[in-house]
Amino acid sequence: MRSGEFYTTYRADMAIFETARARRILAAFLLVLFAVPLLGSSYWLDVLNRTAIAVVAAMGLNILTGFTGQISLGNAAFLAIGAYATAYLAGHGVPFVFVIPAAGLLTALAGMVFGFPSLRLKGLYLAMATLAAHFIVEFTVTHWDAVTGGVAGTSVPPPSLFGFALANDRTLAFLILPACIAHLWFAKNLFRTRVGKAFVAIRDQDISAEVMGVEVFRFKLLAFGVSSFYVGVAGSLLAYHARIISPENFPLSLAIDQLGMIIIGGLGSVLGSILGAIFLTLLPEVLRLLTSALSGQFPALIQLFAPLKLGVFGITIVLFLIFEPDGLAARWRRIRNWFRLYPFSY
Amino acid sequence: MEFFLQLLLNGLVVGSIYSLVALGFVIIFKSSGILNFAQGEFLLLGGYVFLAISTAHAPIGAALLLTFGFSAILGIVLERLVLRPLIGEPIISVIMVTLGLSSVLRAIVQGIWGTDTRPMPSVFSLDPIRLGPLPIARGYLYSAACVAVLLVVLTLFFKYARPGIAMRATADSQQVALSMGISVRRIFALSWSIAAVVSAVGGILLATMRGGVDGSLAVLGLKVLPAVIVGGLDSIGGAILGGLLIGVLENLSGGYLDPVFGGGVKEVAPFVALVLILMVRPYGFFGKVRIERV
Repeated sequence: MRSGEFYTTYRADMAIFETARARRILAAFLLVLFAVPLLGSSYWLDVLNRTAIAVVAAMGLNILTGFTGQISLGNAAFLAIGAYATAYLAGHGVPFVFVIPAAGLLTALAGMVFGFPSLRLKGLYLAMATLAAHFIVEFTVTHWDAVTGGVAGTSVPPPSLFGFALANDRTLAFLILPACIAHLWFAKNLFRTRVGKAFVAIRDQDISAEVMGVEVFRFKLLAFGVSSFYVGVAGSLLAYHARIISPENFPLSLAIDQLGMIIIGGLGSVLGSILGAIFLTLLPEVLRLLTSALSGQFPALIQLFAPLKLGVFGITIVLFLIFEPDGLAARWRRIRNWFRLYPFSY
Repeated sequence: MEFFLQLLLNGLVVGSIYSLVALGFVIIFKSSGILNFAQGEFLLLGGYVFLAISTAHAPIGAALLLTFGFSAILGIVLERLVLRPLIGEPIISVIMVTLGLSSVLRAIVQGIWGTDTRPMPSVFSLDPIRLGPLPIARGYLYSAACVAVLLVVLTLFFKYARPGIAMRATADSQQVALSMGISVRRIFALSWSIAAVVSAVGGILLATMRGGVDGSLAVLGLKVLPAVIVGGLDSIGGAILGGLLIGVLENLSGGYLDPVFGGGVKEVAPFVALVLILMVRPYGFFGKVRIERV
């Protein structure tokens, strides 16, 4: 019977799976996950795809904000860059296998450009700079009609594989889910490497990191790049999923939503990004189901849905920050350990 | 030239309201180190509460007093319930909690008053008077005058009144202030209520200038950010000047560049200025220079 975690080798400490059982459970989970697109209704498929995209975006933001400690309010803008790059390239007939990485790289470049002046700035100044980036990108997107289609927006052709168009949620899920899993896998491994550990060192104490030989400038820029790549890929998938994108798809509240995801899920945790994204994507759906179920008794609820959604979102964030600042990931770990170590938890 | 002067004047009038809201922002930041992203919602709530009371046939003076009372209590309650548990938490938590708060407040406003624009009873008559060659709406002039009076009063408050001095002491060093017998908690509460009240004034003035209240008032809470950065996050004089500068910049750039870009320059120009200022002088024109560089 286990009573705690006792590693005797560094290898064991670094391992992604602590036990072979954990590996099997994950494999089973993935199998089930891929069965969903075959069976689910189109509504839940839509939710599944949106959740997976949100996971990628939240993971990207978490790399920057949670792991490297750089606050970004510009995530909606970076999503927009990825999405519009996709619309432009796909509109010119480039196949999606090139479009998605290209959108990621372009966004990474943009992220590094906006990150560049921010490298001198810390904390709240950085939040301001990225907020400004949001408004500047929004302005560009609305006014650069030739590329973005302006306020009216632009349409994205469906991705096609060997002449087979992935035009509905069911088929798209087989593009979005693997992409999501690949990015999570990369992130999980990133933080076992020198680069990932340098990010964490910068977050914990930038001056000590510098003293210990981490080139803060380079790694901060790299964090901006990697994070924006993720967000760009998410934006690209979002464009393929939404099919029509306009500036309205990328409001500031989207950036706040995503910060909410990593706060609720847990800053600096891969699992946290997943849980937070799932939580905040499902929250409005659950609310929608509840309001439509209760609308028989309370017809006024239908009109109150939008403010209700907003209010519940805000209250959730405030409550999490006050009562569970480490997020769902920490809660999950505690619950898991309680069961695993029961009854000798030392 | 006349066009330029007109833009300048409008900019100054709008800027004076920015100054007021920026002042509320800086008061909170100075005393407690919290960047309040819910400032715009204070503005919105002030506007709506005033509207609700004054449409209930209350005299304007009473409506104003009630609104200020409501805002002051709101500020104190929020500080006590939401912000105090987060003292000492990382900056991201504090930023997020004010963002969460802004969602909640906006939801409350939408839930009660809906999203349609509500017409505002005009406190001032809007027929223009001429200032030299320039026509200017009477309401604009009065609102600028109100703001000027309020700014002078607040400046004097910080300079001579005991609580004002205590607030400045707290801003300088909380530990020293505590050891001198100042209740830092009470100062935090006071700063939040002052910020809420001045924002409510800003909300009411802006709503009367526009002739109506709707959710777009809250956007002002974000526009104030460039103003406080330009002035310096911890400088009261800087906030006033920053607000005026941003108001003027917004109007001038909107007036001259909108034809070039086809609209919307007004919204983005303050943020371009924000980025430039951050790159050149992150602590603004009057902020305390803290060398904190990596």
